[in-house]
Amino acid sequence: MTTRTTSAGIVLALLLPAGVGAAPDAIQASYRAQGAGPFDAQAGASAWQRNIAAAGETRSCSTCHGADPRQPGRHPRTGKRIEPLAPSANPQALADEGNVEKWFARNCKWTWGRECSAQEKGDLVEYLKQL
Amino acid sequence: MHKTLGLTSAAVLGLLAIAGLAVGSDERGGWWGARGSEEARESRFSRADVPSVSFAPYTDACGSCHLAYQPGLLPARSWDRIMATLSDHFGDNAELDPAANAEIRRYLADNASDRTGFGRAPAFARSVAAAEAPLRITDTPYFRHKHHELPQRLVAENPQVRSFSNCQACHRNAEKGVYGEHDIVIAGYGRWDD
Repeated sequence: MTTRTTSAGIVLALLLPAGVGAAPDAIQASYRAQGAGPFDAQAGASAWQRNIAAAGETRSCSTCHGADPRQPGRHPRTGKRIEPLAPSANPQALADEGNVEKWFARNCKWTWGRECSAQEKGDLVEYLKQL
Repeated sequence: MHKTLGLTSAAVLGLLAIAGLAVGSDERGGWWGARGSEEARESRFSRADVPSVSFAPYTDACGSCHLAYQPGLLPARSWDRIMATLSDHFGDNAELDPAANAEIRRYLADNASDRTGFGRAPAFARSVAAAEAPLRITDTPYFRHKHHELPQRLVAENPQVRSFSNCQACHRNAEKGVYGEHDIVIAGYGRWDD
């Protein structure tokens, strides 16, 4: 096997996804380490649809991400397309823990007016990963 | 013989001077506009009107919900205001951790309209009064001047555009920092001929 073939093989192996389930499970593991769990997909589904009145408008996760997380969402003001949050539709969605925490921090505050608890985040991840 | 040579030289020099003035003084800044940041130097041979963004942390952090507006569109003091108020960013929470905030703030300041000499950026910068630090590119006098001929039905009342902040709906190469009239196709309307 030539060096080039070997290099290509290595690059290919690195690019192949480690498994769609790996990252969300790892994220939930860190929530469990904070004392949360067991996680409930139904609780996550209800949370997804929960409407909160804020700043003269009604907000929920679906405001930006849509009612069905397997479909792309849209930013309500800019119209910018948001890739689906369900890993089954978008393997990048819950792939990076730092990214997930950053968006949870901002978006829970914007939508619910406060940070989400580890339990709430775990339930939402449970809901999204089984879609 | 000497007289002819003298006249010819003078004519040539005169033509060169006029050509030099023409290249140097147009609002794009010509060849002499390409100083300052690395982005400006990289953009020099493109058709960009402001240096295009080549800093991935900025695109990642600030291009998720809207176009990653080029730093050359606002003065540094405007960018500072925006970065200091991210938890209420035009009604959204766009906050960043302190390290990421500092990194992006630095990038924006280094490449702001009053820092880069490239393209139309200086014209954007000059149009903003020193005491002002607008949060919106669309509030800068230069922007308003460039868009004042557009009727409401093409922008605000056009569901495919809706807002002047939605640059890429009409400026098809906005992501590359290209805003010239040859790349304008207004969504739902067609090419704009000035």
